[in-house]
Amino acid sequence: MSSCQETVIMSGHIIDSLVLAKVLDIILMMGGNFDIEDIRIGKTREDPSRARIVIRVTSTALLNDILTAIQPHGASVEREADCQTAEVSADGILPDDFYATTHLPTQVRLKGRWVEVDRIEMDLGILVDERNTAARAVPMGEARRGDRIVVGREGVRVIPLPRPRERDVFGFMEAQVSAERPHGHVIADIAARMRHLRDRHRAGQADSKVLLSGGPAIIHAGGREALTWLIEQGFIHLLFCGNALAAHDMEADLYGTSLGYGLTAGRAIPHGHEHHLRTINRVRAVGSIEAAVRSGVITHGIMAACVRHAVPVVMAGTIRDDGPLPGVITDAVGAQSAMRAAVAGVGLALLVASTLHSVATGNLLPATVPTVCVDVNPSVPTKLADRGSFQAVGLVMDAASFLSELARIVGRTA
Amino acid sequence: MSRLLVCPPDFFAIEYEINPWMRLSNRVDHARAVGQWHGLMRVFEKDLGVVLERMTPAPGLPDLVFTANAGIVVGRTAVVSHFRYPERQREEAHFEDWFRGHGYEVMTMEKGVVFEGAGDLLGFPECWFGGYRQRSDIRAFPHLSERFHREIIPLELIDSRFYHLDTCFCPLTGGELLYFPPAFDPYGQIAIAERIPNERRLPVPEDEALKFACNAVCVGKYVVLPVGCPATERLLQERGYRTHAVPLDEFMKSGGSAKCLTLALD
Repeated sequence: MSSCQETVIMSGHIIDSLVLAKVLDIILMMGGNFDIEDIRIGKTREDPSRARIVIRVTSTALLNDILTAIQPHGASVEREADCQTAEVSADGILPDDFYATTHLPTQVRLKGRWVEVDRIEMDLGILVDERNTAARAVPMGEARRGDRIVVGREGVRVIPLPRPRERDVFGFMEAQVSAERPHGHVIADIAARMRHLRDRHRAGQADSKVLLSGGPAIIHAGGREALTWLIEQGFIHLLFCGNALAAHDMEADLYGTSLGYGLTAGRAIPHGHEHHLRTINRVRAVGSIEAAVRSGVITHGIMAACVRHAVPVVMAGTIRDDGPLPGVITDAVGAQSAMRAAVAGVGLALLVASTLHSVATGNLLPATVPTVCVDVNPSVPTKLADRGSFQAVGLVMDAASFLSELARIVGRTA
Repeated sequence: MSRLLVCPPDFFAIEYEINPWMRLSNRVDHARAVGQWHGLMRVFEKDLGVVLERMTPAPGLPDLVFTANAGIVVGRTAVVSHFRYPERQREEAHFEDWFRGHGYEVMTMEKGVVFEGAGDLLGFPECWFGGYRQRSDIRAFPHLSERFHREIIPLELIDSRFYHLDTCFCPLTGGELLYFPPAFDPYGQIAIAERIPNERRLPVPEDEALKFACNAVCVGKYVVLPVGCPATERLLQERGYRTHAVPLDEFMKSGGSAKCLTLALD
């Protein structure tokens, strides 16, 4: 990840003289990267041209070396100012003109230094610490009276994502979503990432967690076994779901049905519609999903695998939930906070068969996290792609097929 | 009728070292230098019919003789140089006085931007070229381009022996260019080729470039250049130019030759 950058301006007859080309070549040859933020090319030969170039490098020393090397060719550092802040006057209310974040890496300039905004997430404010040395993204509701919040746009810069090093489906950043496109190579690329992330996670490396955010269609469509296997094999490290996925997963364990349908026979079972209610009631009686698994009430499935393999589960409730199961967070803002706290360290997100949880999870993730959205309804992956999740890959397909194929590629023989 | 600004070499000497040609130990034979300078002036006045404007030399300013670095003159406007080295910065006031005294509107560079006049800004009627990196700052050119409504292609000078553009680049009145390509990097060579087609580019051999074959003065179909550059003379003659070779080796001790000793006034 780039950590240092500087904006330089060049003007004059920089195109035909190849001076601009020379400066860009120097930046690359010295190991830097650049983006041409703005270029105005003279309309006639007499007209000068002007370019605004953002140089990105991995160290301050290299940045200084590059600036020294290109300065004689007329590249001068743009004048910059510190960001402006205003105090929060009442809890939960951001100052007027607060800077609203994007999900892209963002820096603010404090006391002449560019500082990375910690925990970046879209649609939040930026809180600057008391010593004026650090900044983090803060949800509106968590702003407290006296907090200093960035206002205006001066001294704030958003850093476009570098193209991923991996030459896979995420590297192309395709925002197109279509049911008419083949899925095989996409799933193969996701599988390759998951194998790599599992190795990294086992080695205790940063940003190696795989998050799965899923809806109950995973159980209904027959993806339960594949997902259970993926959790047991250490490919999934965090689960976001609602009441339904957990309830139907445990219903399947207790009754062999999902919302009353026999999962193997494929037909409605008499009084099957009661199964999920009885399941919820049973688990409520035990006290928690973990206790239900540990005591042997629930023996197999997604929730059992999460408990046995210490995979954290955040369950966010909705207004149509039955029960709900113990552990379901029924306060929507509280659920959002719990999800926000859990997403740190996620290196890949699989958003499968749930509109609500997919969008909510997508909102919480920085754009740097590769995201796969799988749904039979094209509107869900399209919705995520339209929001500009550059590294979001959309797959219009059934959840069970996706999970089964994914598990097969990473080694499941069933 | 061409007019050139010149300055008699009364105080010409080597008193410091600010380019690879200058050696304090390599003393100027003053009488010989004076003779060579008058020889050059004779060619201009008698053979070429040029009108010479003579500046008054000043003691302690040995390089005032190199009037190409006074500035540039466009119509009735003179842009006075701002020299890189303090040794030559003392010349600036003399040049400015001369321009003002002769009715020119004087323009100066903004503070901190060095620019050494016609030593680093040469060109054809439509397109000018600016040498940078050794003596002039590339930032000078956008200002000049805006002021005079001319395209100025900056060219990096990569060899310190060719420290001014006029030591390796000489536009001719017929549209040809006499130049020494290795004084420029590939970017500069391509930029030159983009503006001047192959058949008009006359590359000089290195041994003659090092005798300052490119530090020539072209007036009409006449080219005045230092002696010892027969291949360059042939190149020029093939294009219909009449060459006048003048001995100027005393001035080469300071890193200058025919062109450096003159400034075109109109």
